[in-house]
Amino acid sequence: MSGELKSIPSLSPAHEAWWREALRNPIFTAAVAFGLVLVLGLIFSGDGAFYKWGTHRDALRQASVYGILACGMTVVIITAGIDLSVGSVLALVAVSFSILSIHWGWSPWLAIPACLAVGTACGAVTGGIIARFAIQPFIVTLSMMVFARGMAKYVSGGMKVSTAVQGADGTYSYVDVPGIFRLIDSRLLGENLSVVSLIFLACVVVSWIGLSRLRWGRYVYAIGGNEAAARLSGVPVGVMKVAAYGLAGLFAAVAGICQAAQEQQGDPETGMAYELSAIAIVVIGGTNLMGGRGGIGLTLLGTLIIGYIEKILSINAVAEANRLMLTGAIIVAAVLIQRRRV
Amino acid sequence: MVTASAQAHADEQQAENHLLLRMSGISKSFGAIRALKQVDFDLRAGEVHVLAGENGAGKSTLIKILGGVHQPEEGQIHLRGRLLRFHSPREAAAEGVAIIHQELSLVPAMSVADNIFLGHERSAGGWLRYAEQQRGALEALGRLGLDVDVRQTVGTFPIATQQLIEITKALALDADVIVMDEPTSALREPEVERLFDVIGELKQRGCGIIYITHKLEEVYRIADRITVLRDGDHIVTARMTELPADALVRSMVGHDLPESARTVAEAPLSSQTARLAIRDFSVQAARRGLRPLVDRVSFEVRAGEILGLAGLAGSGNSDLLSALFGAQRGRVSGHVRIEGQPYRPTSPRAAIRRGIALVTNDRQRTGLILGMNIAANMTLASVARVSPAGWLNFAHEMQLAERVAGDLDLRAASLTQPVATLSGGNQQKVVLGKWLNAQPRVLLLDEPTRGVDVGAKQEIYQLMNRWSRAGHAIVLITSELPELLMMSDRIIVMHRGKVVAGFDRAEATQERVLHAAMGGAVASSE
Repeated sequence: MSGELKSIPSLSPAHEAWWREALRNPIFTAAVAFGLVLVLGLIFSGDGAFYKWGTHRDALRQASVYGILACGMTVVIITAGIDLSVGSVLALVAVSFSILSIHWGWSPWLAIPACLAVGTACGAVTGGIIARFAIQPFIVTLSMMVFARGMAKYVSGGMKVSTAVQGADGTYSYVDVPGIFRLIDSRLLGENLSVVSLIFLACVVVSWIGLSRLRWGRYVYAIGGNEAAARLSGVPVGVMKVAAYGLAGLFAAVAGICQAAQEQQGDPETGMAYELSAIAIVVIGGTNLMGGRGGIGLTLLGTLIIGYIEKILSINAVAEANRLMLTGAIIVAAVLIQRRRV
Repeated sequence: MVTASAQAHADEQQAENHLLLRMSGISKSFGAIRALKQVDFDLRAGEVHVLAGENGAGKSTLIKILGGVHQPEEGQIHLRGRLLRFHSPREAAAEGVAIIHQELSLVPAMSVADNIFLGHERSAGGWLRYAEQQRGALEALGRLGLDVDVRQTVGTFPIATQQLIEITKALALDADVIVMDEPTSALREPEVERLFDVIGELKQRGCGIIYITHKLEEVYRIADRITVLRDGDHIVTARMTELPADALVRSMVGHDLPESARTVAEAPLSSQTARLAIRDFSVQAARRGLRPLVDRVSFEVRAGEILGLAGLAGSGNSDLLSALFGAQRGRVSGHVRIEGQPYRPTSPRAAIRRGIALVTNDRQRTGLILGMNIAANMTLASVARVSPAGWLNFAHEMQLAERVAGDLDLRAASLTQPVATLSGGNQQKVVLGKWLNAQPRVLLLDEPTRGVDVGAKQEIYQLMNRWSRAGHAIVLITSELPELLMMSDRIIVMHRGKVVAGFDRAEATQERVLHAAMGGAVASSE
C-alpha cells in the first residue's frame, strides 16, 4: 500500500542542457577533470613515454600509498573531521613492521596483524578523545601526529631500520629482505600491475562498502551532515567517531606496511606531510571539507588525478620547484570549481 | 489630531516636545508573511514604553527595523524630529539607538573594557588607548553601581553581571533610545531590583526605554505606556493606568480561534497505567549558580491523551522534553516511568529504544540532515529496521519511506532528492515521518507546526489525532495558544521551571493560560 507521491514541477527549466545538469554531479566533474589530465598526458607525452603501459603502472603504484591514506581521510572528512596524524602513524607502522619482520624475524601472519592493531589503536585513541572531550579534531590529531612521530623515532632509536643488522659486538651484518617485503613490492599479471595498487583498490572497495552499503556509512554521513540532529535521531555519535578515526588509523597502518616494503626499510622520517597529500586528494576529488557530502568514488578519481599530474610532470622533466607550484595551483582551482557547483 | 479641550491640546504639545522617536506606518514582509502591517510606535524622553504581544506578533521585527537590521518596505522613522533611515546596526548605534538583546552580544573572551568599547574603540592613529578605555568603562559601570574589574574577561562573570555589562555598553554609547528585550529572563530577584533602579536613573537622565517582557508584574511595575502588537497589527497603545490586566491579556490574545481540529477528545482509559509518568522531575542548568531549568515537575500522560505543556520562552517546558529524551546537558533527577516501568533518560538512543520520540522545535538545526535525501532522513531513527546485520536494504528503506510519505501526503518530486530542497511544511513532514518509522509510543512534540503554512498545520493536527487514536501518548508544546487549547485534552502551565497551573480542556481559556504562564496568580485561588 505504498502511497503515490504527488510530483511537483521542477523549479529548474524543463529543457536544461544535459551537461549543465551533469556538471552538478560531483562524480561527473571529477571524471571530466581526470579526462583532461589524461589528454594533457597524450599531448605532453614525454617523448612517447605516456604511451607505454609501464608509465601508467608506475603512476598507479606511486599514487597508491597516498590513495590508501586518502580512503581513511575521506571517511573522517565526511564526519566533518580531519586526521593530521596519518603520515606519522604510517612512519610508526613502517618502523614497527621492519623491526618485527627484519630484526625479530616474525612471520607476516603475526607481524601484519600486530602492525594493523598499532595503527587502529592510534586512530581509536584520537577518535575517543575527540568524542569524549569534544575537542576539535584538528588539535587532537595534530597531537597524535607529533606523538606518533616521536614513537616512531623511539622504537627505531632514531635510525632507519634496514637489513643491516647490528650484532652484539657492534658490527653490521646484512640479512635478506623478508619475503613479505618482496611480495608487496612485486608486480602481478605479467609485471603489469603492482601489488600495492591492488592493496589500494582493496581499500577503496572496503571503504566504499562501508560508506555506501552499510548502516555504518549512513551514520558517518549523518554525523557530518548535522551532528546534533544525528544524535537526536539515536545515532551513536561517540562510538562512530572512534570507528571513523580507527579506520583512518587502520588504513595508515596498511600504507605504512606498503611503504616499508617499497623502501625495504623502516624510516622514522618517512611519510612526512603525507596527511596533507591525502587531504588534497580528498578535496580534489570533490568531497566537502564541511562534512556530510562526498564519497570514496571521488577519492579514487582524486588519487588518479594527483597521481597522473605528478607522473606527467615528471616524464616531461619539469623541475621539482615548478611541479610543486603547479600542484598548489591545481588544488585551489579544484576547490573553486567545487564551490561553483553548490 | 484635534482635541476639543485646550488642556489636552497642551498635553499633546508637551508630549510632542519630549518625543524622542516616532515610527509611523511601518510595514515589513518576509516572503509571503506580513510581519508588520502599518504599525505606529512612539517613544518619549523619560518614559518606559512596554512593547507586548505573543510570539510572532512582530515585536522583534519592529525592534530590528529600529536597530537597522531590517529595512521596512513602508513607513518612516523620525528620531528627535529628524527623518532617518538606518541601513545597518552601526548607523543606528551612531544615532544613539542601543539594543540590548536577549542573547548577550558580548565577546566572552575579551575584557570588560574592550567589550564596552567594541566597535567604537578609543584610539589615536590606530593605536588603542587602553587606559582611556578602562577609565571610561569604569565610569560607565559606576553609574550602574557595578563594581567589577574592567580588565577581567567577560566570560568569567555570572550571566546577571554580564547582562548589566551589556547595559553598560549601551550607556557608554551615550544612547538615549534604549531597547531592552526581556532583560530579566536570566536575572534573579535582587538583580532585577538593581536593573529597575538603573532604569529609573535612565529615565531621570531623559532616556527613553522600549521594554519587551512577557511578565505581567514587570509591566505594571515599570511601564508608563504600553503598545500591544498581534499578528503584525498595532492593536492598542495606552497609558498603563488605563489598561487593566485582563484587558491587556485580551488584547494580546485576540479572539480569532482556528476551527477546532481535535475531532475526538478520546477519553483516556482510567484503568490503564499511565504511558508516561514523571514525578519530581528536575533539570539543573548546565552552568552552575543558575536556577534549575525544570524544578520538581510531576505529571502523567495516558494512552491516547494529548497533554499540552504551556509556558513562555524560558519557562523550562522545552528543556523538560529534551531532558526526558536524554538530550539535556544539565543534571537530571526525579522518577520517570514508561508504562509502569522505571526509565532513566541517558541518551536519545536509549530513549528511542524505550519508544520515545522527540520532535524538536528547530527542524533545520536539530531535526534534519539537510544535505541527505528524504528517504535516508525518514529512516534515520530506525536504520536498524532497514539494515539487518548492518547491510542497508535500499528497497526496504524506499518502501518504508514511500509508505510514510503517502501517509503524510508529502509533496516531493522524488524521495531521493535532498531534504533541503523541500518547503518548510514538507520538511516538517519528513521529521514526523522519521518518528513514525521509529514506531514510538510516547511522542514529545516541541512546536510541531512552527513555520509551516496553514494547510500543513491542519494536516499535522490530523496526524496528531490519528496518533492519539492509535493509543500514543503525546506531550505538546506550542507557543500558539489557540493551537494548544484546540489540541490538548489537558493543559499544565510552567513558569520559571515550575508547574504553576493545570486546566482541563473545558476550563482552559487563552486568558487563564497566558495569565498563569506570565506568572500571574492562578485564577482559581483569587
